[in-house]
Amino acid sequence: MTADPDDELWAAIADPSRRRVLDLLVRRGEASASSLAGQVPFSRQAVSKHLVVLEHAGLISRRKLGREVLYQVVAARLDEATRAMADVATQWDQRLYSIKRLAEAAHEHAKTETPERGR
Amino acid sequence: MNATEYKIEREIVIDAPVEVVWRTITEPDQISQWFADKVELEVEPGGHGYLGFGDQGGPVLVETVDPPSRFSFRWNHPAGEEPAAGNSLLVEFTLATEGEQTRLRVVESGLDLLAWPAAEKQRYRDEHNGGWGKFLDRLARLPAERPKG
Repeated sequence: MTADPDDELWAAIADPSRRRVLDLLVRRGEASASSLAGQVPFSRQAVSKHLVVLEHAGLISRRKLGREVLYQVVAARLDEATRAMADVATQWDQRLYSIKRLAEAAHEHAKTETPERGR
Repeated sequence: MNATEYKIEREIVIDAPVEVVWRTITEPDQISQWFADKVELEVEPGGHGYLGFGDQGGPVLVETVDPPSRFSFRWNHPAGEEPAAGNSLLVEFTLATEGEQTRLRVVESGLDLLAWPAAEKQRYRDEHNGGWGKFLDRLARLPAERPKG
């Protein structure tokens, strides 16, 4: 069985250290492994491992600049995470609208069922 | 509650008194008309229930019942586990009277757990340090934050 691409995406993001590396890349735009390693409390080797996983999940890409390899975030892939959130928001909008319809219908019904009480 | 937790907040204004809206969101035969197909629910704090969607479904746990203004429950937790912060989504309804209308607000939090493979959820619970929500907030702003070039 091949891994679900979405599972891979979430698995890549689920690790806090990797998130930190990704977070740095989001802020810096583009960076080499060694410059990233200078900004995190773990080894250059660990940073490299995280970069491999992130690249495999399609979250970052690399390019060569002279003797350096520079990494950058792939924005479209990250958008998938935010899109999942937007879907949830839409579902709740629909549910709230249904609640509104139901409650307003019940209220209308109650008004016609019990006319002129107490007035 | 973790302040940086990722959440969705939505609200709507309803032309009905707060008591009517309260019944709509808490009575099982009403809930089945706007949410799940099948609803079993003990509407009391700590009450257990079940929400069915077609051939799928799962347990819910009622947290807050404070009529007619607050109602909350947890759902989407892994089978066989007790729902708690960190393994489930929390849905909180708040109702407020505005003249002859009711403002209904819903907040769903814990969304960072959505769509995660079970093993990763476990790791998340073990390792979570609160940074994820902030990270997602930043993701949402990504196009604006990326440096040019």
